[in-house]
Amino acid sequence: MSSAALFQQPLLTTPFHARARAMSQLDSFIPWAGYTTVDVFSSVEHEYFAIRNATTVYDLTPMVKYRIAGAGATAYLNRLVTRDVGKLKENRVAYCVWCNDAGHVIDDGTIFRLGEREYRLCTAERQLDWLLDSAIGFDVEISEVTAEIAALALQGPSSCAALKDYGMTGIQALKPFEIGHFAVAGNEIMASRTGFTGDLGYELWMRPEQAESVWDGLMAAGRARGIRPIGSMALNVARIEAGFILPNADFVSAEHTIYTDRARSPLELGLSWLVDFKKGHFTGRRALLAEERRGARRRLVGLDVDGNKPAHNALLYDDRSGKRAVGSVTSAIWSPTCKRNIALAMLEAPHFKLGAEVWAEIYLNRELVWERRMARARVVEKPFFAPERRRVTPPADY
Amino acid sequence: MAASASTDARYDCIVIGGGHNGLVCAAYIAKSGRSVLVLEAAEEVGGAAVTHEFAPGYRVSSCAHLLHLMPQAMIKELDLNVHGLKLANDAMPTTALAPTGAPLSLGVGDSGALVGASSADALAYPGYCARLRRLARALRPIMASVPPRLGTDAWSDRLALLRMAWTVRTLGRRDMRELLRIIGMNVYDLLEEHFDTPLLKGALGFDAVLGTNFGPRSPGTVLTLLYRLAAHDGSSILAQPLGGMGAVSDALAKAATAAGATIRTAAPVRRIRLHEDRVQGVELQSGQTIAADVVVSSCDPKTTFLGLLGSEQLDTGFVRRVNHLRTRGLAAKLHLALDARPNFTGLAPQALAGRLLIAPSLEAIERAYNHAKYAEFSSEPVFEITVPSVNDPSIAPAGKHVLSAIVQYAPYALAGGWEPQRQRCTDIAIDTLERYAPGLRASIRSAELLTPLDIERRFRITGGHWHHVDLAFDQFFMVRPVPGAAQYQTPVPGLYLCGAGCHPGGGVMGTAGRNAARQVLKGAA
Repeated sequence: MSSAALFQQPLLTTPFHARARAMSQLDSFIPWAGYTTVDVFSSVEHEYFAIRNATTVYDLTPMVKYRIAGAGATAYLNRLVTRDVGKLKENRVAYCVWCNDAGHVIDDGTIFRLGEREYRLCTAERQLDWLLDSAIGFDVEISEVTAEIAALALQGPSSCAALKDYGMTGIQALKPFEIGHFAVAGNEIMASRTGFTGDLGYELWMRPEQAESVWDGLMAAGRARGIRPIGSMALNVARIEAGFILPNADFVSAEHTIYTDRARSPLELGLSWLVDFKKGHFTGRRALLAEERRGARRRLVGLDVDGNKPAHNALLYDDRSGKRAVGSVTSAIWSPTCKRNIALAMLEAPHFKLGAEVWAEIYLNRELVWERRMARARVVEKPFFAPERRRVTPPADY
Repeated sequence: MAASASTDARYDCIVIGGGHNGLVCAAYIAKSGRSVLVLEAAEEVGGAAVTHEFAPGYRVSSCAHLLHLMPQAMIKELDLNVHGLKLANDAMPTTALAPTGAPLSLGVGDSGALVGASSADALAYPGYCARLRRLARALRPIMASVPPRLGTDAWSDRLALLRMAWTVRTLGRRDMRELLRIIGMNVYDLLEEHFDTPLLKGALGFDAVLGTNFGPRSPGTVLTLLYRLAAHDGSSILAQPLGGMGAVSDALAKAATAAGATIRTAAPVRRIRLHEDRVQGVELQSGQTIAADVVVSSCDPKTTFLGLLGSEQLDTGFVRRVNHLRTRGLAAKLHLALDARPNFTGLAPQALAGRLLIAPSLEAIERAYNHAKYAEFSSEPVFEITVPSVNDPSIAPAGKHVLSAIVQYAPYALAGGWEPQRQRCTDIAIDTLERYAPGLRASIRSAELLTPLDIERRFRITGGHWHHVDLAFDQFFMVRPVPGAAQYQTPVPGLYLCGAGCHPGGGVMGTAGRNAARQVLKGAA
């Protein structure tokens, strides 16, 4: 698109936009990575319960996608991210984070191994500059392919059944984080058993010109499985239940922080399982090793908060008096499925230990009168919700 | 990256590159009793500080042709005089040649008598020199020291910063104010404040841009001038080593050997080997591996980090900084084999033993620089000339002469490429010289132009820059070559830098090598 056109239309539309517009009851659209996308179609509750009880369609085309290919692609990615990409087999997907020299997280995302020398990296933020600078000295080609690929997330217990009904025969054989290729009604679809809901689900990747045909086909085939489109608000509830972190909610990219001490390491974000110190060098390794030796100063944890009022943006204290702040909540919801008041929170040492008790200062707006509540909260295991069905292969025929 | 079984030697320390900084570093480390191996890729030691035969019977210093930056203390500590360092001339005068009329003599050093300038300039000159010398002296401790780090809690860093601030403060109010006023200025404006005579301003401004990517009007050229003065203690006595610059390297090699170091030539290193993120040694291009706990590289930072180590061993941010270093040389070297003593118009016979400048005015230098901005060879280049055979007849056949000149500006990436234009550019340089020394062309037996590209290939210096890394505010002192490697240490434990890309930079000085040795010994202690 020319720059003049961008000026006239600051937000791009995805290939699914016409369909989303037609099904939107609230006309509630928000910008996401330069595209206009649906916030909520009809009601957050209906959409959320469809994720947990039926099947849902979510347009994730705006997710930034890079093609990384070449003889040095594996070595390149291994130096970029903290995880061992050498262990990632073809047609598999891995969640990972990457850091700057100081060991602070720039972004998280997923790496799709499409071939021996070809990968796709999906990220929240655009960062071609960092990716290209990381390529100095590597035999690798990097290009952004966001607009060349339309993507839909099919999430929910009946998603597999809906896809089978649509004609994606064999989808049930896909294991978690596996990639498969399907042809339905002339559409070539790449499917991965991945998602952001912590539930059974798939992500479908296709050429933009096939987008409407796939959408229509899914909607027709999935009717008996309770299919419905969802917006990002319902997804956010599901992702907190699943314990997934979100850039700019639970951490700020180290490339964007302005205040010192705002950037976060993977160890602080509770992602030390993603950091492989044994695989060889990667950017931030030396800083992270030093941090590990020093011991963590803070950590992102799961909280179970007393009461039923979500602890949005709450400051956390070491006791009820609220004199000494020891952290704050980054994401909070009432979990409809767990029937628990849950939150993700950054807590200072030693308060992040499992079972530790802190107090959340919650502000409630009761018809324009603000009330302050101190609620007890405990550090608990994540994820809050992890149904067995997310892993079972083949999935049950809901 | 498992330990190789073919490792057939082990040293406490390996120095990659047998240039003057590598040799100095090796000598100091060996003096402490550690076993040191110097690996030089070329057939002889010296790096760019060598003497080569460019025509049958004619020899010349390949790059730098004047010795004036190496600290006296170092010459003494390493017993270089004992090891064969002799000077063919230890007090060379500087003369600025005029396109028409009489040349301007600046005498020996900056305290020399000015002959040929206006009376007002002659009056102003001693005061100008004295002040610059005072300012340079205040910067002198900065030149010799290991730069402190910023933002650490270490007392040594804080102390070093305090000491720097104190030295500057002791200048007194007026000099300190002047230092703060001029340090970011360009040398053109500074000289315009003081002098009238174009020839004098050209000569004084020339030293500020010699070996840089600057013209006289470029910001930061007062800094490069003060740097040059500070490097030689404010006295700026120029000397010519007997046998050319190669003789200095030979003396350094003897000093290093005498201290116990082993030197291997024709031993190019393929890569620096790591084991569990620590230096393990090196692998030669022959495939041989040699083990050492410490590796000191005198190569330029791009060669060291992106070539010998590999960006896969380094963080992206660090590699980005190294990759962005400005390393393109802008100075060429012209060597002429002459049948007869060159005859510069109006030049006193004894002045030919000294340094000659062709930089008739600041405007002339700036015009020469204009071409370089657009990747062109200057149509009227500026020169630093010596005729070393006058002081040292041994480097030319009997009765013949060698002319050695630094030619500016010669862009590394010349538009259209060097090979098709080598002869044209050589002719431009010779034609310019011919105007100052009529008859010169007729006496030329052979001419050699070493472009930055030649210097890169011959001496393995990325960009062919004699400072390795351009000397400028943003690549200076505490951030030289890049933050994270400015204390001669690198992000890789056991790997050090000691080349001209480190503080305080290039020229045949050796201070980077000495400072690096100090850091190695501190780390090993």
